[in-house]
Amino acid sequence: MPDDLINSFMTGPDENGRFGDFGGRFVSETLMPLILELEAQYEFAKTDPTFWAEMDDLWKNYVGRPSPLYHAERLTTHLGGAKVYMKRDELNHTGAHKINNVLGQILLARRMGKSRIIAETGAGQHGVATATVCAKFGLKCIVYMGAHDVERQMPNVFRMRLLGAEVVPVTSGRGTLKDAMNDALRDWVTNVRDTFYCIGTVAGPHPYPAMVRDFQSIIGKETKEQMMQAEGRLPDTLIAAIGGGSNAMGLFYPFLNDASVGIIGVEAGGKGVDDRMEHCASLTGGRPGVLHGNRTYLLQDDDGQILEGFSISAGLDYPGIGPEHAWLHDIGRAKYVSITDVEALEAFQLCCKLEGIIPALEPSHALAHVMKIAPTLPADHLIVMNMCGRGDKDIFTVAKALNFDMKL
Amino acid sequence: MSRIDDKFAALRAVGRKAFVSYIMAGDRDYDTSLAVMQGLPGAGVDIIELGMPFTDPMADGGTIQLAGQRALEGGQTLVRTLDMVRSFRKTDTTTPIVFMGYYNPIYSRGVTRFLADAKEAGVDGLIVVDLPPEEDTELCLPAQAAGLNFIRLATPTTDDKRLPKVLSNTSGFVYYVSITGITGAAAAQAGDVGPEVARIKAQTDLPIIVGFGITTPEAARDIARVADGCVVGSAIVAKIAQGASVDEVLAFVAGLAEGAHSA
Repeated sequence: MPDDLINSFMTGPDENGRFGDFGGRFVSETLMPLILELEAQYEFAKTDPTFWAEMDDLWKNYVGRPSPLYHAERLTTHLGGAKVYMKRDELNHTGAHKINNVLGQILLARRMGKSRIIAETGAGQHGVATATVCAKFGLKCIVYMGAHDVERQMPNVFRMRLLGAEVVPVTSGRGTLKDAMNDALRDWVTNVRDTFYCIGTVAGPHPYPAMVRDFQSIIGKETKEQMMQAEGRLPDTLIAAIGGGSNAMGLFYPFLNDASVGIIGVEAGGKGVDDRMEHCASLTGGRPGVLHGNRTYLLQDDDGQILEGFSISAGLDYPGIGPEHAWLHDIGRAKYVSITDVEALEAFQLCCKLEGIIPALEPSHALAHVMKIAPTLPADHLIVMNMCGRGDKDIFTVAKALNFDMKL
Repeated sequence: MSRIDDKFAALRAVGRKAFVSYIMAGDRDYDTSLAVMQGLPGAGVDIIELGMPFTDPMADGGTIQLAGQRALEGGQTLVRTLDMVRSFRKTDTTTPIVFMGYYNPIYSRGVTRFLADAKEAGVDGLIVVDLPPEEDTELCLPAQAAGLNFIRLATPTTDDKRLPKVLSNTSGFVYYVSITGITGAAAAQAGDVGPEVARIKAQTDLPIIVGFGITTPEAARDIARVADGCVVGSAIVAKIAQGASVDEVLAFVAGLAEGAHSA
């Protein structure tokens, strides 16, 4: 591949916020001036050493970065093929990768003089991260969460409340992440002057997909250095779970120009990717459309009405996907597959038993794909899967799925 | 000259302000919404905004979101909304019709195909909430080329520097959103709206119609007085939601129209 073509993988988005045909700024006029201001602030901060000095300090001393790159030895032996590494972002403060991005956005909000922070959350990890950073900086925090998710992620709801956040259950639609995002956007339109919308994934109007990706790219940057130290070379395959796609984009982005590195995103296949649409696999089961400020692949019907996804994992239960993933999919730089609830549950249990790590249901999807391909690959093939969250929040869901009675 | 331009010329000639009403196509069901639509001009409505239902109406409050859900549950689609316009046009060839909604159902159908259908059915203008000027190449420019007005929203956050961008490629009228918020939320105060309308008027000759938060004939009058007219949506949709008969809905609309026309 010629150098200039390789380089083009990391230059997006263009000045209109587009990755190829995806992305953009599909928002109401009320929000447009603020989005342009945010873009200007971010562009300034991006090259401002004092901004990154503050980020680095917080990442190190508050989050606990760098997170380890861990050789999963027993899993590797068990699978009998490729050498499996885990990027341990579940060890971050608050238990997931979400805080990497929240810190960046809250620092920007402070620079912009915004005193009220809103967020949407699915599994609750982004909500907890946002509530945490707001507590640290003394900012008012309101988290929109689908009523269905409130029910299945109660421990995180309580965490957010302990941290001083107001959790607003959203009952419109089916009460999941998509509906929470609608209500967060409604709040933002109403309180645009003093409010900062802290989006948790690489979706939404420009500049969010690029900004969130840049904040999460610390995952891939560290992985690259750590792998060079451990093995003296780049990994062969990267695997990460995708709802909106922020942990995946964070791992993938620094490797996009490394042609030897294979990239695989794992979508939530729910009960199976077929015409019953009981899944959240936007790329494998959807088509391009416009929702929540960007053009991307969406689960929708013939009339362009958005369909509710289905997944055992609240964090993957979203009918869209970040626009950069849509672009990487279309140009073929990354491959996207899907994993069912049943496969994810098997991976969850195997990881607990073999590695002493209770993974969140989201990375369990990535792990399930590792289990599929590792046995078919040679022992010198290096896989990195992103262990982007810990499973404490999911034990009730898993217990229910495994028919284990949690009552004492 | 579009039907919208003709309507404003006629209103200007008699010194009257415009009354614009919004209903959701297919709410409570197809027949009810068509019957209400057919009665609107007789109730004093100058321009009809017809909502295209969408599952995720991010700029709308609960009233219009639920109306959209009722319509979708009743099987309303963009194709059926176009059919409604064709039926309406059999008996009314002069009242302007503006489609209002979100981009995805249009994008899903295909912009070229949608514009041809809309023009043929008798639609005069489009208000698409999630298409700011930054995305004009998507639908705004093709719509104008196809002979449809593209009506833009201006808001309290649209400052003087940005206003020219919002006003460029706008035709028919300018819809001034009187509050930072969603439809059906807080009421707008005429005292706040007046200076804002003057600010926009300094940069355009297009009529300025003010909407969001107007629920009573008095408010319609007060707002229409400081602009070229006003829009009422959620208050009418709420009547329909309460189960009011077509006649009751139209009587309510007539009261609002009278308020606006008394300005």
